[in-house]
Amino acid sequence: MTTHINGSWELGAKMTALVVDDDSINQTIHHRLLEQLGIENQVARNGKEAIDIHCSGKKFDLILMDRDMPIMNGIEATRKLRAMGIRSMIAGVSTRCVKQEIQEFMEAGLDDYQEKPLTSAKIISILRKIHHSGSISY
Amino acid sequence: MLGWGVDRLRADMSRLLAILFHQGVLDEQFLQLQQLQDESSPNFVSEVVNIYFHESEKLLRNLRGLLLDREFSDYKKMGIHLNQFMGSSSSIGANRVRNVCVAFRAASEQNNRAGCLRALELLEHEYCYLKNKLHELFQMEQQRVLAAGARYPLQQQQH
Repeated sequence: MTTHINGSWELGAKMTALVVDDDSINQTIHHRLLEQLGIENQVARNGKEAIDIHCSGKKFDLILMDRDMPIMNGIEATRKLRAMGIRSMIAGVSTRCVKQEIQEFMEAGLDDYQEKPLTSAKIISILRKIHHSGSISY
Repeated sequence: MLGWGVDRLRADMSRLLAILFHQGVLDEQFLQLQQLQDESSPNFVSEVVNIYFHESEKLLRNLRGLLLDREFSDYKKMGIHLNQFMGSSSSIGANRVRNVCVAFRAASEQNNRAGCLRALELLEHEYCYLKNKLHELFQMEQQRVLAAGARYPLQQQQH
């Protein structure tokens, strides 16, 4: 499957992403969705793992952050990443659709929010925002 | 079985899928899974669905264990299991299972034990139906691949 955003994927180096989700089905699907779009990606099982990966020096263009996770949830992980100075596009993903809960998540520092289940179309809409804002975290 | 033509198997698979969509057992998210399957990941759908079966059966055992406990009162824990089941069912397009989880969660939020027990029975029934139909689909796919003489690795069925 080839996909183009405004005619090209020209963002310099190959795009990278971090999938942060405790559910193994979502990990598998989101990893594959990104892989099929040509985005190199890895998986963290909870917010703490996501923080640790960043503390090791790794950076990503995109972080798909699940909200409800054990050990450290997506809200806390997002706040911590922003406090660490991480400017990557962080898109919250969750099954929650109550406005107040989405707002709480957004206020933690998200750039975007998508309701699960994720699809190629939803990821492409997130990627278009990266392309337009030029926000790349290298 | 192996004598069936590839075309007939393909038609049978399409017919089964059409029935499952028409019945609301599956929704368009299942099509998304199919789109993620290609030459580089030829068994993607069955791999994901097998993970779903494994996780779901664990969740169903947990739910049954909670409800059959005479001292049961932990509706919050039940809610956590149901949220997980809803999420994973949505992710693979298991629409009817997901909808029963929604009703189950509503009963759980009202601390309605009898309602939860009824919902659990229905959930187990819907899950069994889904599992049987998806197994049927994967068996047809295996037969189609064998009949076409394609070099796909045989899937290992995990029960």
